[in-house]
Amino acid sequence: MTVSITVEGLEVVFDRFRALKGVSLELREGESYGLVGESGSGKSTLLRAITGLAPASSGTITVNGKTLGKTRDKAFYREVQMVFQDPYGSLHPRQTVDRLLQEPLAIHGIAEGEKRIERALDEVGLGKGFRFRYAHQLSGGQRQRVAIARALILEPSILLLDEPTSALDASVQAEVLNLLEEVRRRRKLTFLMVSHDLAIITHMCERLMVMQNGEAVETLTASQLIGHRVSEDYTRNLLRASEGFVRV
Amino acid sequence: MSDTLLDVDDLRITFPTRTGLVQAVRGVSFSLGRERLGIVGESGSGKSQTGRAIMGLTPPQAEVSAKKLAFDGMDLLSISPRERRALRGNRIAMILQDPKYSLDPVMTIGRQIVETLRTHEKVGKTEARERALAMLQAVQIRDPARVFDLYPHEVSGGMGQRAMIAMMLVTGPELMIADEPTSALDVTVQLDVLNILDKLVAERGMGLIFISHDLRLVSSFCDRVVVMYAGKVVEQIKASELRDAQHPYTRGLLNCMPKIGFERHPLPVLDRKPEWAA
Ligand SMILES: Nc1ncnc2c1ncn2[C@@H]1O[C@H](COP(=O)(O)OP(=O)(O)OP(=O)(O)O)[C@@H](O)[C@H]1O
Ligand SMILES: Nc1ncnc2c1ncn2[C@@H]1O[C@H](COP(=O)(O)OP(=O)(O)OP(=O)(O)O)[C@@H](O)[C@H]1O
Ligand SMILES: [Mg+2]
Ligand SMILES: [Mg+2]
Repeated sequence: MTVSITVEGLEVVFDRFRALKGVSLELREGESYGLVGESGSGKSTLLRAITGLAPASSGTITVNGKTLGKTRDKAFYREVQMVFQDPYGSLHPRQTVDRLLQEPLAIHGIAEGEKRIERALDEVGLGKGFRFRYAHQLSGGQRQRVAIARALILEPSILLLDEPTSALDASVQAEVLNLLEEVRRRRKLTFLMVSHDLAIITHMCERLMVMQNGEAVETLTASQLIGHRVSEDYTRNLLRASEGFVRV
Repeated sequence: MSDTLLDVDDLRITFPTRTGLVQAVRGVSFSLGRERLGIVGESGSGKSQTGRAIMGLTPPQAEVSAKKLAFDGMDLLSISPRERRALRGNRIAMILQDPKYSLDPVMTIGRQIVETLRTHEKVGKTEARERALAMLQAVQIRDPARVFDLYPHEVSGGMGQRAMIAMMLVTGPELMIADEPTSALDVTVQLDVLNILDKLVAERGMGLIFISHDLRLVSSFCDRVVVMYAGKVVEQIKASELRDAQHPYTRGLLNCMPKIGFERHPLPVLDRKPEWAA
């Protein structure tokens, strides 16, 4: 077994607020690992800390055998790409889809841009007509698909996915989930994926961690979650709430 | 007070773009009483633009037309911009799809709620602060006092969404358009937020348009559902009867959701027919 990401005792503090209180995690190469939990519990912060966007005050992060310092070099982003939670903030609204997809290719000096861009758009189900639209001219779900295309275009080995399909309708969601599963299989990618939808997590991930208030509540296999074999009340509440709204 | 709060008849919205005209909404009609109306539909089918047109928040370069677009008997397309502004954020409120993008990035969450409240009611500073904190508490924000002083980029996705909801709630609207209001919330908080909205409909007679991708929530929470595809309404159905939907798009939607305990790899996908968009 090769380890892809190891996080040990990770602390992230903003001013005096401890957003992550010593979180540990180990991802095997090629594995798909889920993060679920309370809103504000630190899921996005954990992904951002791995990509160097949130300050770690203690703990270690190791990616593909290399323990990371404060900064990340270009080679890191070739290996690790992140799809951000909010598709509006992560894409510059006044840039065309074409520019947004060119940019990472240019930064990493990759040739054959033309072909890659066409394929990337095709993979996420956006036709040629979208290539020269500005990001602000797209619907929420269309933006999210551009964000996914942008992460895939560099062919990374690790993908950090923060609520990748919460802006998509069930039909496009199914297409994107299938696409993600397929590229994972084909390119042996490792996924770390945040979703509040337990059905998506059990569909996509073998193992998962439940988080609350900056801490891991418990770690489970997907089949334990499916079989309601969980030990914490918080996880039980999540399972119950997943069944839908009940008018009292 | 009539039973119909909102009447939308043949709404059309067209955008000019570099590659020609985009018809985002192509003849949408529905009406809304003091009820919970769900709007579901394909990504890009015109749900948000429909909501924005009702609010009067369509981008200026777009063309909006309708046989009728009336709120409480008032023709929204012919009243003055000033009257329109007065309605907005007063009698009609919208929770925008991307909260972080719609909140003012240089103002703390707390101040934004306080200012919204104070444009509506004559309340003193201290009381406004207390009510804002109570609102944050009501939407299940842990530690409201800390979040009050945070800027939008310092809150999580779901916290931003709830701040936006809190802000809209202080205005006590008669019509609320909620565009994906719970998409970033964990499932337990989702239900808390829906309970708040539900009360406003049941107790204050608010009309609610609930735009959502979450069929599980829509079918369990809403009274009726409008299904959109490619800028049109393809089906209107009672939420409790969603399982018996007729249109192949709606039926396909229900079929392609992952379900806990039912493994299907790959998930079924829609075979979209050109005639659906006709
Ligand atoms: N720059 C910052 N300054 C201050 N606090 C921050 C900052 N970034 C994040 N936080 C705090 O860290 C906590 C965790 O936020 P995070 O975005 O990781 O939550 P999350 O689990 O992703 O939640 P959600 O499901 O709502 O997206 C929140 O309480 C948030 O307010
Ligand atoms: N400024 C614009 N210029 C051109 N086209 C636009 C503009 N804004 C939106 N559109 C297009 O209008 C259509 C409807 O967009 P809208 O945002 O209403 O979709 P939606 O149903 O809310 O989708 P989603 O579920 O993905 O949020 C989309 O195809 C979008 O690309
Ligand atoms: Mg988050
Ligand atoms: Mg939308």
